[in-house]
Amino acid sequence: MSNNTATRGRVGTPRRVKVLNYTVMTLLAIFFVFPVAFAFAGSFKDDAFVFADAGTLQGLVPTPFVGFDNYVAANERISLVLAFRNSTVIALGIVLIGAVTNSMLGYAMARLQWRGRMLIVTGIVSLAIIPFEALAIPLLYAFAEVGWLNTFRVQILPFIANPFFIYLFYTFFLNIPKEMEEAARVDGAGPIRTFVRVVAPLAKPAYASVAILTFLFSWGQLLWPTMVTRGESVRPLPLALQAFQTSPPLQWGAIMAFVVLMTLPLLAVFLIFQRQFVEGVASSGVKG
Amino acid sequence: MTTTTTVTAPPSTPTKRRRPRPLKGDARAAWLFAAPGLILVLLFVILPFLGAFGLSLTNSRLVTPLSTQFVGIDNYVDVLTDGTFWGALRNNFVFGLIVVPVQTGVALVLAVLVNQRIRGRVVYRTLYFLPQVMVMAAAATVWKLLFSSDGMVNTVMNVVTFGLWSGDNWLQSTSLALPAVIIVSIWQGVGFQMVILLAALQDVPNEQYEAASIDGASTWQQFINVTVPGIRNQLIFVATITMILSFRLYDQVVIMPQPAGGPQNATRTVMLEMVQTGFDRQLIGKASAIAVVFFLIVLSLTLIQRRLLKEEAR
Repeated sequence: MSNNTATRGRVGTPRRVKVLNYTVMTLLAIFFVFPVAFAFAGSFKDDAFVFADAGTLQGLVPTPFVGFDNYVAANERISLVLAFRNSTVIALGIVLIGAVTNSMLGYAMARLQWRGRMLIVTGIVSLAIIPFEALAIPLLYAFAEVGWLNTFRVQILPFIANPFFIYLFYTFFLNIPKEMEEAARVDGAGPIRTFVRVVAPLAKPAYASVAILTFLFSWGQLLWPTMVTRGESVRPLPLALQAFQTSPPLQWGAIMAFVVLMTLPLLAVFLIFQRQFVEGVASSGVKG
Repeated sequence: MTTTTTVTAPPSTPTKRRRPRPLKGDARAAWLFAAPGLILVLLFVILPFLGAFGLSLTNSRLVTPLSTQFVGIDNYVDVLTDGTFWGALRNNFVFGLIVVPVQTGVALVLAVLVNQRIRGRVVYRTLYFLPQVMVMAAAATVWKLLFSSDGMVNTVMNVVTFGLWSGDNWLQSTSLALPAVIIVSIWQGVGFQMVILLAALQDVPNEQYEAASIDGASTWQQFINVTVPGIRNQLIFVATITMILSFRLYDQVVIMPQPAGGPQNATRTVMLEMVQTGFDRQLIGKASAIAVVFFLIVLSLTLIQRRLLKEEAR
């Protein structure tokens, strides 16, 4: 971020402008942070006060402090742990199998010589514009016909192969230098060995972006699980959260505990892989 | 996983003659690499896509002993003469027409602010991006509380209007429920746009600013004449992507108001309509027709986006 528009911040800016600038930026920061901080504070305070303090700055203070009672209460009422496990199984399944499948197809499209390659490339690019929601109803119908509703596989399989991610890998592989691959081939390595030993390690940034993006997307899914799950056994977090807050009595402290537990994994990924997280999000219009 | 059994040595043709030409003779390996992805794309993208068109011409139901019949365009007539559907479509448009300019504008302001060479800009950038770690279902839940009669939103409104604003439960009001959904959506989505615009801002060559500055252009004139044209493509990109996303609006309107899409359909959207038709009422045929209409809207927006971006490329 060396040289750019930023002439306004140079030395000699009037003090008044500086103060105004920071005031605006801080007010905006409060707007973005407040709901997150409110949820964290609320998850540690007495139920009744979460609601009562929702309109004051007291909402940010976890008093009366109740420790982890809200988390325990949430888990007793709706099996938070089970929903967390379900979401983890689904997200990891999609992320891991998806990364392997999509990158292999992307590599075949970018680097290997085969008949039909260009046709596949064009096809994948066109398919990338179809939003999942347009496919949900026929998929629901098909899965109901084969009796796969309320399983993990019905929540994983449709999301493994993703034309958009295939395309991301394809463009990434197109842009890495060929020399190393060719050296490996000269040494007698076959395409598979070349891919696993040489190409995939070079593509770490692409894997990171796609993995983070896939995780973000699958962790938040609500529409599809609404249609294909019943009861608690394979129900993921967002749907469990929805069920929890629509069945009385409303325990806002426990609801906030639920929200926090759902947010922590993404927050952790964000703090640890901040650069890749931001790049991943920026590389797509997929989220929603 | 489908691939494990086939990973054996590839055909050992090459290496003897010359250098391995751009990896020739890889056809078998290529198909092997491509097969799992292609099979899944066929099963879970292409077939359901065709299925949506096919089912939309039938009276299919989710679970029924009755046989499925071809009904021609009946479902489309049904959908397009349904006032509820048009109401939902209208909500999507209103949502998009407000969110697109506001969110893009706010994102641009944020990007410019954190692009200044001032102390603490990285911290601010991180804070503005923070809502991205809260998935929509969670964000909507928290905001639901903040939008209640005694919630923070009313407190702030009351302060900034010097007491003129009297509290109201946003989510139970037919006129305020959709604005509440809009605010949450912008709160959650704007960080994504900011990141894209920030990257664009940093690519605008410094010389252009220097030239403008020598010509005596004020900061504002520089912004209008150098910055905005310089990031035109990214502005179009984020605006059109946001418009497309506004037709996928679902999570917020299910979580926040009671009942979903309420009050009195004030926040009903096309996606909610599709799910309730196909899943709750089990009318697969009609729901597929909604899916096709939805796809056609997204397709036209995508074509408009490509057109606009291509014009620039010339």
